Amino acid sequence: MGKAGLIRIAVILAAVLALEIACRTGAVPPSAVVPPSAMLASVYEILTTGEIAHDLRLTLTAVVIATIIAIVGGFFAGLIIHGLPRLRRTLAPLLAAYYAIPHLAFYPLLIVVFGLGLGPLIVLASLLGIMAMIIATLDGLDHVPRVLLRTAAVLRLNRWSEMMLVRLPAAFPHLLSGIKLAFSYAFIGVVAGEFILSTAGLGHAISFAYDNFQNRRMYGLILIAIGLVTLVNTTLLVGERRLLTRRGMR
Amino acid sequence: MRSNEAIQPSVLLRWGDGLLVLLAIIASWQALALWGGSDVMTTPIETVRHAVQLTGQSRFWPHFRETATAYSVAAIVAVLGGLLMGIALGAHRLTGEVFEPIFVALYSIPKVTLYPVVLLLFGLGIEAKIAFGAMHGIIPVTIFTLNAVRQVNRTWLRAGRAMGLSPAQSILHIVVPATIPEIVSGIRIGLSLALLGTMLGELFASKRGLGFLLMSAIDVHDVRTIMAIALLISIFAWAMNAAMLAIDRRLHQRI
Repeated sequence: MGKAGLIRIAVILAAVLALEIACRTGAVPPSAVVPPSAMLASVYEILTTGEIAHDLRLTLTAVVIATIIAIVGGFFAGLIIHGLPRLRRTLAPLLAAYYAIPHLAFYPLLIVVFGLGLGPLIVLASLLGIMAMIIATLDGLDHVPRVLLRTAAVLRLNRWSEMMLVRLPAAFPHLLSGIKLAFSYAFIGVVAGEFILSTAGLGHAISFAYDNFQNRRMYGLILIAIGLVTLVNTTLLVGERRLLTRRGMR
Repeated sequence: MRSNEAIQPSVLLRWGDGLLVLLAIIASWQALALWGGSDVMTTPIETVRHAVQLTGQSRFWPHFRETATAYSVAAIVAVLGGLLMGIALGAHRLTGEVFEPIFVALYSIPKVTLYPVVLLLFGLGIEAKIAFGAMHGIIPVTIFTLNAVRQVNRTWLRAGRAMGLSPAQSILHIVVPATIPEIVSGIRIGLSLALLGTMLGELFASKRGLGFLLMSAIDVHDVRTIMAIALLISIFAWAMNAAMLAIDRRLHQRI
């Protein structure tokens, strides 16, 4: 680890320590922030008692379903759009504006359409994630090195083999970042939806703890949510790095 | 303007494409509304009519003002704060290396879970919405500015010094023109995210603003109002993004 990395860890530790001291001395009131040590203890309690298991299962179910819809739907939509340049040009303004629109404003409408439950959450989360996957697929297919395509032509691969043996493997690193984004967006969509209006789930548990002044529990749940995302992101990132190293791209 | 004639057809084509997308969206919206019925969704025309009617009512404007104020302040804080932090971190290499990964990590965590913390720190008023919107917007502005400043070609700065430019002159004539296109890209994303953050703040535990109108419309199952407000917000977000994108493209073309 370089010098910058060490300083970074020192800065983060110092910030956590400063927060701990500020909380313990009462400079920050416990009604606003609980000390980091109490947050960690709360995470431990929540996880060992298993009380959050039900909410967590619901949230993860919605996230997994939405991520799969976003990845599969986004991948095939990307393939189709890539194959039809005219369609792609037409859709360009939509692709550019898609993430500028705050999709959460549509969550109330989704509740009206699908009722409270997993339905609106999954739709919201898939809608958020799918465009990231479409864009990643387009990007990946755009950046297949020309020499590989020429080799495929020399070997007289048909379109199917060319796609399966050359284009998709070459586009895979881009697809992987699409998968990473699709997951992040799906998670944000589900938790945000649960948080705003729902009857169960991790986001609901956080907002319930907030409403009932259970600060310790609330901070523990927030740490669990952030930890979960970080865990999945880090796993995907490590996989991505390993892949790129194997291909000599780093 | 020699290039004008070359650009015009493509601009026309872009407008045509935009129109096609718009028509497709309206058509599928109409189909969905007819299929679902008025309990679920209002048709495009009804929605526009209700949006116009809504903006004519006096009860609408205090909420609009609340949202507009919260968003404007959040956007200003995000842009100015992001610029300052980005410049400070970009100008000093080690500081930038230390803090950039922290900002990238903050970018990817689900900030929505942090909203209760913001509420506890800032209270239940407009301040919390502003803080949350600014939190969302400031990160991309910082990251883009940091990278733009860091990547200013050192040779240009040395050339400037050789020509006897004062520090102020080299900032004005070298650093600003070299970094502006990237910074504008960051601001565009920051403005969109600040809107998302402000809206999130209004949808949760808020007593005023367009987000509050949305939430209270759910309680009484007022689909027309939900659709009309969602439409207004989307149009605003789209228009802002389109304007920023146009500036962005122009700046990037210049190089």
